Amino acid sequence: MTIRDITQILSAEVICGEEHLEKEVHNACGSDMMSDVLAFVKDQSLLITGLCNPQVIRTAEMMDIICICFVRGKAPDEAMVELARERGIVLMATKMRMFTACGVLYEKGLGGGTDQCV
Amino acid sequence: MCMTMKLHFDVSGEDFTRAGEASGKVKSKLKQLGIAPDAVRRVAIALYEGEINLVIHAGGGEIDVEISPENIKMTLSDKGPGIADVEKAMTEGFSTATENIRSLGFGAGMGLPNMKKYSDEMKIDTKIGEGTTIFMQINL
Repeated sequence: MTIRDITQILSAEVICGEEHLEKEVHNACGSDMMSDVLAFVKDQSLLITGLCNPQVIRTAEMMDIICICFVRGKAPDEAMVELARERGIVLMATKMRMFTACGVLYEKGLGGGTDQCV
Repeated sequence: MCMTMKLHFDVSGEDFTRAGEASGKVKSKLKQLGIAPDAVRRVAIALYEGEINLVIHAGGGEIDVEISPENIKMTLSDKGPGIADVEKAMTEGFSTATENIRSLGFGAGMGLPNMKKYSDEMKIDTKIGEGTTIFMQINL
């Protein structure tokens, strides 16, 4: 699915990166722990998180994640938005909780990549 | 190509929001040099974990990166408290991070194990009360 599809499924508001909405996303991960994202994520291009600090953008940058969705209505500050913009990372925010956001995307066919960590 | 490129960064221990700046710069440099994406990502993750450690555990430090056609060498050094039990610190899930650090999304006890996982070679030189130097190499 495209990033635009994700915004619609999650009723999410796009914060920055509108020019990248047609990019394809095949796998996603959901975590509030950036340590775990760095340790276990592989080729997932969407990060769903309730954590809202600049290290979320940095983590995405290192992992080649192209889109971040903040759940529970979290809103990034201007410095975070700027950081994401410079790196071509799409930011969006949904009022859904983590479990629901992951669930509805999964139901629509978005996978988690590998089912078990190795 | 027989050129070696050297990069140096001072990492401030004061500002958590800036942690990752050096790793980001190294990543874009490697991309620019046309290094294979898999190697770029491994360097970025290993270095970022190390940089985060410098900030949250050691009050800052220095990063030196050497890029040659054969490999990428990274040295992270600090004058922090040192690592009391290296073997324990290398165990997945073991962390001495505070609740405050965990609330920032780190301190799951995956940093050092992850650095080892992503590098081809890793050496830790540490002394209590004096500091830690970590060397990592990723072969190209």
